[in-house]
Amino acid sequence: MLLSLNWLKQYVDLDDISPDDLAEKITKGGIEVDGVETFGEGLKNIVVGYVKSCEQHSNADKLNVCQVDVGDEELQIICGAPNVATGQKVVVAKPGARLPGGMKIKKTKLRGEVSNGMICSLQELGIDQKFIQKEFEDGIFVFPEDTEVGSNAVDLLNLNDTILDLDITPNRADSFSMMGMAYEVAAILDKDLHLPEVEVNRIDEKAEDYVKVRVEDADLNPYYGAYIVKNIKIGPSPLWMQNRLIAAGIRPINNVVDITNYVLMEYGQPLHAFDFNRFGSNEVVVRRARNGETMTTLDGEERNLQKDHLLITNGKEGMALAGVMGGVDSEVKDDTSTILVEAAYFNPLTVRKAAKDHGLRSESSIRFERGVDPNRVKEAGLRACQLMQKYAGGEVLEGIAEFDEQAVEQSIVEFDAKTINRRLGTAISVEEMKNILHRLRFSFEEADAHFTVYAPSRRGDIQIVEDMLEEIARIYGYDQLPYTLPEGTSNAGGLTTKQKLKRSIHRYMQSAGLNEAMTYSLTKEENTAKFMDQYIRALQPKAVKLAMPMSEAHSHLRLSILPELLSSVQYNLARRQQNVALYELGSIYVNKEENISKQPDEQLRLSAAITGIWVNQQWQKEVKTVDFYVLKGVVEGLLDLLDIQHASFESLKMEQMHPGRTAAILVQDEHVGFIGQIHPAVQKDMDLTDTYVFDLDVDRLLEVAMENEGSYEPIPRYPSVSQDLAFVVDEEIPAKRIMDVISDAGKPYLKDIQVFDIYQGEHMDAGKKSIAFSVRFQDPEATLKDEQVEEARKQIVNTVEDSFHAVLRG
Amino acid sequence: MRERLEELKQEALSKIVEAKDTKQLQEIRVSYLGKKGPITEVLRGMGKLPKEERPVIGQLANEVREVISKELDAKQEQLDQEALEAKLAEESIDVTLPGYQQPSGGPHLLTKLIEDIEDLFIGMGFEVAEGPEVEQDYYNFEALNLPKGHPARDMQDSFYITEELLMRTHTSPVQARTMEKHKGKGPVKIICPGKVYRRDTDDATHSHQFTQIEGLYVDENVRMSDLKGVLNSFAKQIFGQNREIRLRPSFFPFTEPSVEMDISCKMCHGEGCSVCKHSGWIEILGAGMVHPNVLRMAGFDSEIYSGFAFGMGPERIAMLKYGIEDIRHFYTNDVRFLKQFHHA
Repeated sequence: MLLSLNWLKQYVDLDDISPDDLAEKITKGGIEVDGVETFGEGLKNIVVGYVKSCEQHSNADKLNVCQVDVGDEELQIICGAPNVATGQKVVVAKPGARLPGGMKIKKTKLRGEVSNGMICSLQELGIDQKFIQKEFEDGIFVFPEDTEVGSNAVDLLNLNDTILDLDITPNRADSFSMMGMAYEVAAILDKDLHLPEVEVNRIDEKAEDYVKVRVEDADLNPYYGAYIVKNIKIGPSPLWMQNRLIAAGIRPINNVVDITNYVLMEYGQPLHAFDFNRFGSNEVVVRRARNGETMTTLDGEERNLQKDHLLITNGKEGMALAGVMGGVDSEVKDDTSTILVEAAYFNPLTVRKAAKDHGLRSESSIRFERGVDPNRVKEAGLRACQLMQKYAGGEVLEGIAEFDEQAVEQSIVEFDAKTINRRLGTAISVEEMKNILHRLRFSFEEADAHFTVYAPSRRGDIQIVEDMLEEIARIYGYDQLPYTLPEGTSNAGGLTTKQKLKRSIHRYMQSAGLNEAMTYSLTKEENTAKFMDQYIRALQPKAVKLAMPMSEAHSHLRLSILPELLSSVQYNLARRQQNVALYELGSIYVNKEENISKQPDEQLRLSAAITGIWVNQQWQKEVKTVDFYVLKGVVEGLLDLLDIQHASFESLKMEQMHPGRTAAILVQDEHVGFIGQIHPAVQKDMDLTDTYVFDLDVDRLLEVAMENEGSYEPIPRYPSVSQDLAFVVDEEIPAKRIMDVISDAGKPYLKDIQVFDIYQGEHMDAGKKSIAFSVRFQDPEATLKDEQVEEARKQIVNTVEDSFHAVLRG
Repeated sequence: MRERLEELKQEALSKIVEAKDTKQLQEIRVSYLGKKGPITEVLRGMGKLPKEERPVIGQLANEVREVISKELDAKQEQLDQEALEAKLAEESIDVTLPGYQQPSGGPHLLTKLIEDIEDLFIGMGFEVAEGPEVEQDYYNFEALNLPKGHPARDMQDSFYITEELLMRTHTSPVQARTMEKHKGKGPVKIICPGKVYRRDTDDATHSHQFTQIEGLYVDENVRMSDLKGVLNSFAKQIFGQNREIRLRPSFFPFTEPSVEMDISCKMCHGEGCSVCKHSGWIEILGAGMVHPNVLRMAGFDSEIYSGFAFGMGPERIAMLKYGIEDIRHFYTNDVRFLKQFHHA
């Protein structure tokens, strides 16, 4: 909300506080001031002038030579505005004046004629186009006839105002009005409050004789009041009122509309003025709209209604969408003479729904949505009648036609001063608390430091002790609260084993050379089927879809981290970052139901993607491009970190992956993920260079890791013996199978097997390869004898030769 | 004979001086000190000497031997030293060439920041609690004093999946779940980090996915001044000892009273500048005393127990701390961005 300080000054004395200080105090009181804007900073020498004569410039079609009386002198001013005319009272910027934007007015000559100043439009004075009345939009502004010549135009146009832009939280509906802010500021500054008095002379006719009110659904509309004002003369509203509306961000239209808007801002109570002669009946019927019913609103739009929308009707047709916008049929026009002033309390949810459905959030709907002060509805309506009587020549009828089933409950909050201090950690005296309640203008009783507070109806947010705790604390000042540390039970805190292991995984991946990435969990539908691990695929998951996504790019929950991670790789490649190593530790969302009814299973996965150069030591002629084994080493290191034994890699065929360079990762013979190169065709599609990925089931890995107690094995006291064995075998025999056989045959002294050479080509038969192992034997109890080693070696060689038709190389 | 020995000594010594390498030295050693060498020869001819002179000449001959031997050793040492120096000189390298490149990776800035904040609160006795990202409407809203139709639900337009399931809009449901598990018995001291989702269009300051870290402390007699004290130590440790904090009243449905915490602006130290929009203060987090409805719904007696909660956005903190201008940087994973935050 925009808060005009000139307006606020009518209610609270602000003479001894600067706008910036006031803004800070309001912010500290709980209503955030987003901005402080002073309108007419630096404007001077701008006065009201009377156009005594206005003749066309002899040398210019579009210019007029005007003689203007500015009070103490008469100035000749050349004016190009189309609407300038003799007899007008206008804004004159005299020589020496400064206009917004720093423009300086000087005596000058235009086509041979002297011009001693400038007749200004409102735009030229810095007023936003959207707030300017239609008639002055394309030309100069014209004051009412009774304006005093020579007086200060800056003041008359309220250009000396400062506006605070308030960000009001949803609980403080009371602050959404000038009067509400007057209460607030008076409490914060500890000042007196002067509110307008509402007094209306009534004529000897009764509103009830003109109109009846019937409400069909009291839940949606517990109170509806209709005042009748006769003999209205539509015209402009007084300048001061227009100024205030502009300051509040509302465009002046005519006296009746301006008055309803003025009271809206003043009281925070939305009102509506119907042209009673066009209303079409003598009965206001408030009812739910019928599904499919239509009504044309003031903006000319035909609205399709449904039963959740509340409608003000004349018994047949809709005349207004309650609390949101009036209908075009009963709109106030220039010839309107009898007005029905609606002052009502509409259910916040109904208004919210209608405003949302029709995209019509307005100053009115916002206030109804937050809840207006139920005790000021009638008064606000009467205030509008008072202003219509004064500024639109209206005659106000006696009484009010109304429907009233509103039960306003008095909210009573009781508390002890002790409780307040205990909860806040303060030592505020009872006197101080009483003073705070006086400043807030809350009625209360106090006896023996026990308070009973009767919350005013404007403060619907005051319901429980905690609300009073806040009121007392904020007026007392949050600055004044002491700094303490909790005195309660002390406990150790810390991370769970699983959380610690997750951190270890992060540290490991980073020291292994990968950068942690974070991608979006929401992805496009087609991505949900890609790179899905076979274990997940076997669960036959149905990707979770948002009911109302913002875009197709983020419409479904991921079933693999890889598609988005690969997009990040591609993003880097497109920016000439050719060496990319990323990993992400995050959830996938596994739902098995056709129509989801319960939360998906969120499974933690670790995915990585690497491409480009891994080791780059060019001047030493050592450049290693990323390959399968680089990434496999990362996985093996991770399994080792987690102390996971019995892991193996088995050739795997899966979609999107290279058929010859992909492996399933198994731990204790259970599938825990996969590793491999992206299929070249897929790489091409995604604009990727050769990229290797892995994807691991972290939940499962951590389960296994946590089963391991972490045991100690004594350092061996006896030496080990190494032997090298090279076999020629068929090339398709995987190393792992030979190693398994060696492991078995080498018992009980075999400690360790390493592959140290693979050879194919010259001196080797086609379809054969040589594979060399280094095997190490050790007896923990004694030094191995040569015969024992020889025996073991023989056993291994025989078994391998028999199992694979292998030949030991000499 | 005396003269002969002296002559031999001088001869040998001058040869030693001229010797260029170990081989020459060895030859000198053999030729002068060997069994067939001239000194041995001299000693053999001693039989012709008068009896009383023999021991004198014998002693002299031994002395000459000793001197030559010593000089040989010294020269050998000198040659060894020279050889070593030559070898070292040859082995010297260009120390300015780049070293062997270690693969370098690092944490995501948000993870790092979250861990820092976790550790800070773990030090104060907090535990880390986690929860699902796809939440039930009940835990995301209702248990937090946001019944259906509550206008504050407007503040966080959500990604619903069904009427009852949605992407959590904050990590607060973890608080509701944790309190429920405690079955009405305190203390509850948790810090809850995680991903959250809002129905926003991504731009420089909005992201449909972001992270949050929230804290909750429920015990008997927790005071608002405790919240102020805890937030003050947090702010000073994360942002610097010279930063001040300010609490302002605000509104959140799950806390009452609610506050927003500002810290003094690093740029202008409270004077007012463009970073802090001329207020001297920068908004960091929201907090408050746990609303009694929230306590009650989770099974706590609000007469006995009170508590505070706070929540903040690591993205915002990172953006303020490092001057990052676009929130999308956190999710595009440009390695030029990621690598800037590897330092501890």
